[in-house]
Amino acid sequence: MVDATHGPDAHAAEFPDVELYHPRSWWTRYVFSQDAKVIAIQYASTALAIGMLALVLSWLMRMQLAFPGFLTFIDAAAYYQFITMHGMIMVIYLITALFLGGFGNYLIPLMLGARDMVFPYVNMLSYWTYLLAVLVLVASWFTPGGPTGAGWTLYPPQAILSNTPGQESGIVLMLVSLILFVIGFTMGGLNYIVTVLQGRTRGMTLMRMPLTVWGIFIATVMAMLAFPALFVACVMMLFDKLLGTSFFMPALVEMGELLPHDGGSPILFQHLFWFFGHPEVYIVALPAFGIVSDLISTHARKNIFGYRMMVWAIVIIGALSFVVWAHHMYVSGMNPYFGFFFAVTTLIIAVPTAIKVYNWVLTLWRGDIHLNPPMLFALAFIVTFVNGGLTGLFLGNVVVDVPLSDTMFVVAHFHMVMGVAPILVIFGAIYHWYPKITGRMLDNTLAHLHFWVTFLGAYLIFFPMHYLGIMGVPRRYFESGDISFQPPSAHDLNIFITVMALIVGAAQLVFVFNLIWSIRHGKPSGGNPWRATTLEWQTPETPPVHGNFGRELPVVYRWAYDYSVPGAAEDFIPQNQPGTNPPHSEAPKKRRGAKS
Amino acid sequence: MVVAVVLVLIVVGSVVFHFLSPWWWTPIASNWGYIDNTIIITFWITGAVFAAVVLFVAYCVWRFRHKDGQKADYEPENKRLENWLMGLTAVGVAAMLIPGLFVWGQFISVPAEATEAEVVGAQWQWAYRLPGADGKLGLSDTRLVAADNPYGIKPDDPNGHDDVLIEADYLHLPIDKPVKMLLRSVDTLHDFYVAEFRSKMDMIPGAVTYFWFTPTRTGQFEVLCAELCGTGHPYMRGGVVVDTQEDYDAWLAGQQTYAQLYAPEVLKTADID
Repeated sequence: MVDATHGPDAHAAEFPDVELYHPRSWWTRYVFSQDAKVIAIQYASTALAIGMLALVLSWLMRMQLAFPGFLTFIDAAAYYQFITMHGMIMVIYLITALFLGGFGNYLIPLMLGARDMVFPYVNMLSYWTYLLAVLVLVASWFTPGGPTGAGWTLYPPQAILSNTPGQESGIVLMLVSLILFVIGFTMGGLNYIVTVLQGRTRGMTLMRMPLTVWGIFIATVMAMLAFPALFVACVMMLFDKLLGTSFFMPALVEMGELLPHDGGSPILFQHLFWFFGHPEVYIVALPAFGIVSDLISTHARKNIFGYRMMVWAIVIIGALSFVVWAHHMYVSGMNPYFGFFFAVTTLIIAVPTAIKVYNWVLTLWRGDIHLNPPMLFALAFIVTFVNGGLTGLFLGNVVVDVPLSDTMFVVAHFHMVMGVAPILVIFGAIYHWYPKITGRMLDNTLAHLHFWVTFLGAYLIFFPMHYLGIMGVPRRYFESGDISFQPPSAHDLNIFITVMALIVGAAQLVFVFNLIWSIRHGKPSGGNPWRATTLEWQTPETPPVHGNFGRELPVVYRWAYDYSVPGAAEDFIPQNQPGTNPPHSEAPKKRRGAKS
Repeated sequence: MVVAVVLVLIVVGSVVFHFLSPWWWTPIASNWGYIDNTIIITFWITGAVFAAVVLFVAYCVWRFRHKDGQKADYEPENKRLENWLMGLTAVGVAAMLIPGLFVWGQFISVPAEATEAEVVGAQWQWAYRLPGADGKLGLSDTRLVAADNPYGIKPDDPNGHDDVLIEADYLHLPIDKPVKMLLRSVDTLHDFYVAEFRSKMDMIPGAVTYFWFTPTRTGQFEVLCAELCGTGHPYMRGGVVVDTQEDYDAWLAGQQTYAQLYAPEVLKTADID
């Protein structure tokens, strides 16, 4: 732990005020705003809105699986459009955008003691490009043939062939939307990276940053390296579709007719897609790791256990996640010898990931655990993430993947680990930071209702689903009732899962109601309701105004986890609290191993 | 208190569900019992870790929940504990990975005595081809696919003339004979998947993929397509019938060859080179 402190005379107001852009009208203050906090709320609202659409789509596809034929407008084409759009929206347009565009924008400047992102104008463009990407995606519903139904992985050749829904224009709009998303995200991402590297206030060394920032920072670096692969894959497929090139298209016969493509490689697309797609899993997971560390530490009133190990685990996971992508392709027909390499790298990632889990639960040990809504969601995250992470050890172990790949086991696994778990963190984070964003608390009773239904319901949806996959039920089946080896009881399980999905989905309406209702009617929160140490809770105003910190930027004297410090007056010491550090200040080094 | 109880119930419920649920794998019909064993090892290790972590959390929530006057410990790091946990995790991971890699080595090493059988996928049906008397499959090319040559077999390759073409839903295989499945597609990705054989592999237009297995049980097994291939994907079904050697020979005698069905010697040789 770096504990060098700056003298109490360190002066923060060395950046002239003119450097900060000031809005002059309502439009530039609330709509075309360059303030990261406003952009964050714009990102988050857009992501939650499009996420509600993805939620409704999941209801519809579950209705089809449990009660085939009940909703007559769902035919096979519609079903495949629903699963494709549900997956794409949830992964990219909801979770990625919300973690990085939403929490990243709101928390990075505030947690680092900066007035704003370093490139506010580009930051604004980032949001508007993202919004355009969402609108292009939604527009595909209003084109002939509708949105693409190629599955969220968009595998060619099928994605651009005529027996796939959305072949007319849906696939084109999908690819254009992804390209726009990558462009928009690159503008935002460069901002986050440069702000973390250059915009920290005095005393905020890298090893004093809250883990939230570490998670978002490394995830953004990864996104900068991974999204280009998606970008080029989309461009190449657009060329195949619109210009008749053959990047991914071998000679093939469609409906008895030889198409003019020749020599392309479908598996090349899969490599490009998963070179993006696997880091994407961690782009979603690392911000969740970081945020949940801070939630657990704050609400257990205890420093995060093994901070340095946590930072290095984030960095190592981020690096390793670039050499595991082909574990999505064990049965793709790639050279089978790759299986050895990718199984080894994939299972190695389990080690730093497990360390993170141990450190979360060891943070609870001898803590002072306040079961506030953010803590409840953090605990639920641990349960679902451990569950989903462990089933990843089945799928990552190449030969075990052979029977399980492309079955409902995979669906259950990735929903648990990169759907349910990160979204539980998103909820916890919203309950945690809503008071800072609005100055009011969310209603506690509604929060508990939302929590219990969401957590238990999601577990009851996805835990039993694994067993359908072990039985061998394939995923992406519009109808699965007539599979020979499936007992009738499997259909009962499908009905149960669907009913739970409807209930869990409905519980999200409670959450949305709480979000809107509490803006006006919530209990006033004060500036630091959770008695937290990090800088965003130390702003002079709540919600923080333009410029975040008033006339002078805070100066940081300690790490982010000084909770329950022996000898301190209170059970937390804000990072910017000046004065001599209590005797524990060199503790991290001296006390190492003291407990063993 | 409630939280701790619920966490314990999640562990107990998950374990009980695992042992009592009626949903489990199909009775195996191939030599890949090793894969099942690896899954069982993985279940034990991961199940133990899941129970341990969640029960530990439940204990912490019960024991260290906030009470007035309680203060948390201040313990930034504990290198020894962290190293122990890291070491144990590495051992657990190795215990799953090593048998897994060993079995994978077997999975991709086709025995020399394996006979070949080709599966051709097209939206949304299966067709099969056996090498015939010479034991060799004729060369094929998607660009040759036509009404009179649905498999795209090269008419000028003599190895192909005696190939047995099975344009039906069911492929027959003899029991206890290793077979190398050669997989091919003429339009988009498909995946030849039989749950009872514990194996599957994608089929890629323009390439030939493979896996091998030995059928160990007679009977009829459903072939499913396991890679999304358009709106007809769930209806792309076929079957494999595992026969005794006598039944298999009788079935094979009733099949027709490429030469018998399409008389390639009268076809023009397409110039595609």
